[in-house]
Amino acid sequence: MFDQIPNLWLAGVELWLAGGAMVLLMLGAFAGEDSSRTVTGFSVALLVLAALSLVLRPEIGEAFHGAFVMDTFAQVMKVVVLIGAAAAIAMSVGFARMENFSRFEYPILIVLATLGMMIMISANDLITLYMGLELQSLALYVLAAINRDSLRSTEAGLKYFVLGALSSGMLLYGSSLIYGFTGHTSFEGIATAMESGRNLGLIFGIVFVLAGLAFKISAVPFHMWTPDVYEGAPTPVTAFFAAAPKVAAMAMLVRVVHGAFEPAAIDWRQIITFISIASMVLGAFAAIGQTNIKRLMAYSSIGHMGFALVGLAAGTQSGVSGVVLYMIIYMVMTLGAFACILCMRRSDGIVEQIDDLKGLSKNNPMMALVLTALMFSLAGIPPLAGFWAKYFVFLAAIQAELYTLSVIGVLASVVGAFYYLRVVKVMWFDDPEPGFLPMAGELKVVLAISGLFTIFYVVIAGPMSDIATAAAATFF
Amino acid sequence: MSNLPILSIVTFLPLFGALITFLIWEDSEVARRNVRYVALFTTVITFIVSLGIWVNFDNSQSGFQMVEKVEWIREGGISYHMGVDGISMLFIILTTFLMPFCILASWESVTNRLREYMIAFLILETLMIGVFAALDIVLFYVFFEAGLIPMFLIIGVWGGARRVYASLKFFLYTLLGSVLMLLAIMAMYWHSGTTDIPTLLAHEFSADMQFWLWLAFFASFAVKMPMWPVHTWLPDAHVEAPTAGSVILAGILLKMGGYGFLRFSLPMFPLASADMQNFVFVLSVIAIVYTSLVALMQEDIKKLIAYSSVAHMGYVTMGIFAANAQGVQGAIFQMLAHGLVSGALFLCVGVVYDRMHTRDIAAYGGLVNNMPKYAVAFLIFTMANVGLPGTAGFVGEFLTLLGAFQANTWVALVATLGVILSAAYALWLYRRVVFGALDKEALKSMLDLNTREKCILYPLVFFVILYGVYPGPIFDVTQASVDALLVDYNSSIAKSVAAAGQ
Repeated sequence: MFDQIPNLWLAGVELWLAGGAMVLLMLGAFAGEDSSRTVTGFSVALLVLAALSLVLRPEIGEAFHGAFVMDTFAQVMKVVVLIGAAAAIAMSVGFARMENFSRFEYPILIVLATLGMMIMISANDLITLYMGLELQSLALYVLAAINRDSLRSTEAGLKYFVLGALSSGMLLYGSSLIYGFTGHTSFEGIATAMESGRNLGLIFGIVFVLAGLAFKISAVPFHMWTPDVYEGAPTPVTAFFAAAPKVAAMAMLVRVVHGAFEPAAIDWRQIITFISIASMVLGAFAAIGQTNIKRLMAYSSIGHMGFALVGLAAGTQSGVSGVVLYMIIYMVMTLGAFACILCMRRSDGIVEQIDDLKGLSKNNPMMALVLTALMFSLAGIPPLAGFWAKYFVFLAAIQAELYTLSVIGVLASVVGAFYYLRVVKVMWFDDPEPGFLPMAGELKVVLAISGLFTIFYVVIAGPMSDIATAAAATFF
Repeated sequence: MSNLPILSIVTFLPLFGALITFLIWEDSEVARRNVRYVALFTTVITFIVSLGIWVNFDNSQSGFQMVEKVEWIREGGISYHMGVDGISMLFIILTTFLMPFCILASWESVTNRLREYMIAFLILETLMIGVFAALDIVLFYVFFEAGLIPMFLIIGVWGGARRVYASLKFFLYTLLGSVLMLLAIMAMYWHSGTTDIPTLLAHEFSADMQFWLWLAFFASFAVKMPMWPVHTWLPDAHVEAPTAGSVILAGILLKMGGYGFLRFSLPMFPLASADMQNFVFVLSVIAIVYTSLVALMQEDIKKLIAYSSVAHMGYVTMGIFAANAQGVQGAIFQMLAHGLVSGALFLCVGVVYDRMHTRDIAAYGGLVNNMPKYAVAFLIFTMANVGLPGTAGFVGEFLTLLGAFQANTWVALVATLGVILSAAYALWLYRRVVFGALDKEALKSMLDLNTREKCILYPLVFFVILYGVYPGPIFDVTQASVDALLVDYNSSIAKSVAAAGQ
C-alpha cells in the first residue's frame, strides 16, 4: 500500500485542486451566497498556486501503474489550462456583480472542470481518460446552464448535455472496441497490440474514439453544439468554454493518437486530415453571415481547431510542437477577445451584436486597438502571435508533404480573414454608437496581458517555440 | 561607424516616432500640432540617417553589406538578418525620401483622428524599409504582410466614399497572393534547411520544384505589382485612399513586387524564370497596352494615374524577365523613377483635391490661368510619366524596351505602343485639367501653390529632372549586384542546358 505514496506526488496538482474544491464547496455551502466573492478569490489562488508548483517543481514519471503520466508535454499543457481557467474565473467577477449572477458554485465548478482537464491531459489509459473527460464534461454541462433563470442558458446547457452524452457514448463504444480487439486499456498496451496487426474492428474503434474527441474540440462534423452553446451560455462561461477545455481536449487528442494509436498513424492521419479541412472551411464560410459576436467567435474557434489539427495531421514532432504552440496562442487570443466582449455593456444592459462595436475606435481607443490587434492575430497576419501559430502548423504540414491540406488551409484563412476584418471595419470605419460603460479592472488586466502577448509575440517567439518543442519531444 | 547597426536604426526609427506619437494622448490643437511635427521630424531624421547607408555603401561590391544577424527563432531556423545590396539599397532611400512628403501632404487635409493617421504611416514606413532590408525570407514575409494592416486602416478610415470596399479588396487580394508564397517559403525551408536569403541564393532547387515555387511567388508578387489580370484592386485602392496613401501605394508598395521578382524569382528559380519568360512577357505587354487604353477613358484623375501605374509596372516586369543587363537595370531605374513620378502625380492631384474635393476630370479646366506654378510642376511630372527624354521616366522605359528588344523583338514592338498611348492619355488629361477656358466659377477662386505645397513639389521636380539627365549615381549602385545576379542566372541556365544535352 505504501509503495503508492511517492506516486501521489505526481498527481499533486490534481489532489490539490480536488481538496481545494471540496473545502471551497463547504465554505460556500455554510457561508451562503455572500461568500461568492471570497470563493472566487480563493479559486483563482488555488489555480495559480497549482500552476506555479508545476512551473517551479515539475515532477516527471508515471503513477498508478502507468494509468497516469506526468511529462513535459503534460506539464506545459497543464500550466496553460490552469492559466486559462484562472483567467476565466477572474473575468467573471465584474459580470457577476453587474448581472446579479453571484453564485459561489460557479468558480467551484470551474475548478472541478479544471481538475477533469488535468486528468485528461495526464491520462495514459482509456479508463483514466474517460474519468477525466466525464468529470470535465459534467462540470461544463452545469456551467452552461448556470444562469437558471435564462431560457437561453438552460437551452444551451441541455443541448450541450444531450450532444455531449452522445459523444461520450461514442467514445466509450470506441474504447470498448479497442479493448476488445487489443485486450488493453493502457496506451502502451494498445500501441504494442496494434503493431502486430490491425483489423477492421480496431479501425472502427479508432474512428469512434476520434469522433468522441472531435466533439470535445468542436471539430467539424461534430461542431453543431458550439454556436448555440456559445451564444446561449453567459459570456464568462463562454469565455471559459472557448479557452481551457479546448486546450485540454486537444492535448488529450494528441496523447491518444501519438501514444495509443501511433502504429495506426496511416489510418488516423486520414481522419484528422479530413476533420481539419472540414473545420477550417466551415469555420471560414459559416462565420461570414454571423451578426452576433459570440456566434462569430464560435465559428472562429471551429476554424482554429481545424488549423491546429493541421499540425496533428502531419504526424511528426514539429507537427505536435506546432499544435502545442497553436493552442497556447489560441487560448491567449481567445481570452483577450472575450475580455472585450465582456466589456460590451451599455447602461441598458449587455449587447453582443457586432454592430454594437461601431465606432469603438473613437469611444474607447485602447480597447479598439487591442481588439484590432486580436482580430488581425486571429486572422493570422504577421507579426502578430496568430501568424506564428499558423506558421508552425503549416510548416509541419509542408514537411509531411500534405500540400493539398496546406493549400486548402491557407485559402480558408484568407476567407476567414474577411470576417475578422469586418469586425475591424465596424470598429474603425463606421460612425460611433453610444459608448460602453467603463471596463472592469480585472478585464483590463486580462486584456492588457493578451494584447501585449499578441502584439509583442515576436520578441518571445524564440523561447515560446523552444517550450513547444520540448513538450512535443515527449512523444518522439 | 561600421559597427553601428544602421539598417536596424533606419528601420525602427519610425516605429520609435510612432511610439512618441502614441504617447501624445490629449486631443487639443497644440497636441495635434505636436503630432504633425513629431511625424515630420521622425521621417526627416530617418531620411537623413538613411543617407548614411548610401554614403557607406560600397558600389564595387555585389554582395550584401551592412549585414546584421541575430538568432531569432531557433526552431524554424529563423534569424533576424538585415543587409542591403545594390538592388535593395535605393528602395530604402526612396521610401525614406517619400515619407516626409506624405506627412506634409497630410498636414492640413487630415484632421480626423490625426494621431492614429500619423502612427499608421510611421509604422508603415518601418515595415516598408524592413521589406527591403530583410535578409531572412520569413523576416521578409513578416514585413511584407504586416504592411497590409496599416494600409488597410489608412484606406478604410481616411479614404473616400467607397473606402470599405476598396480596403477589403486590397487586403484580401494581396493576402490571397501572399499565403501561397508562404507555403512556398516553408517548402524552401525543408529543402534547403534554411530561411537565410544569401544561403538560399546559392542553393539550387530542382527544376520541377522551381516551377511550383516560382508560381507561388509569382502569385504574391504579381498581385502586389500589380500585373494584368490581377490588377483590379489597385484602381479601387488608389481612388479611395487619401493622397498620402496613394503616394505610398504607388511609390513604394508596388515596388515590393518588382523587388521580390529580383530578389527571389529570378536568382532563386532561374530555370523556371527562363521557362516562364514568354508568359510574363505576354502579361506585361497586355498590361502595357490594355491598361493604357483603359486609362484613356477614365473620368477620375486618380483612377487614370492608377491605370497608368499598372502600365508602367508592365515595363518593369518585362525588363526583369528579359534577364539581361539593360532590362534589369532599366527595371530598377523604372521602379525608382516611377516611385518619384507617380508619387508626385498623386501629390499634384492632392493639391487640387484639397481645394475642390473632387477628382472628376470634368470638374477642372483652365487651371493654368490662376495656378501657373502648379501647371508647370504638373506638366513636368506628366512629361516624366510619358517618358520624355530628359526626365527620369525616359531612362527606365528606354532601357527596359532595349532589354526586351534583345530578348524578344515582338514584345518590344508591341510594348512601344504603350509609349504612344501613355503620351495620349497623359497629355489629354493635362489638357482637360490645366488648359482650356477657366469658365467654372468654383475654380476661379483657387489659389496657386502655397509654401507647404512648394516644399513638396519642387524637390520632386528637381530630382525627376536630375535623374533624367544624370542617371549615373543610380546605375553605379545597382550595377555590381545586377551583374552578379545575371552571371548566376546565366550560369544556372547554361548548366541545365548542358545537363539536358548530355
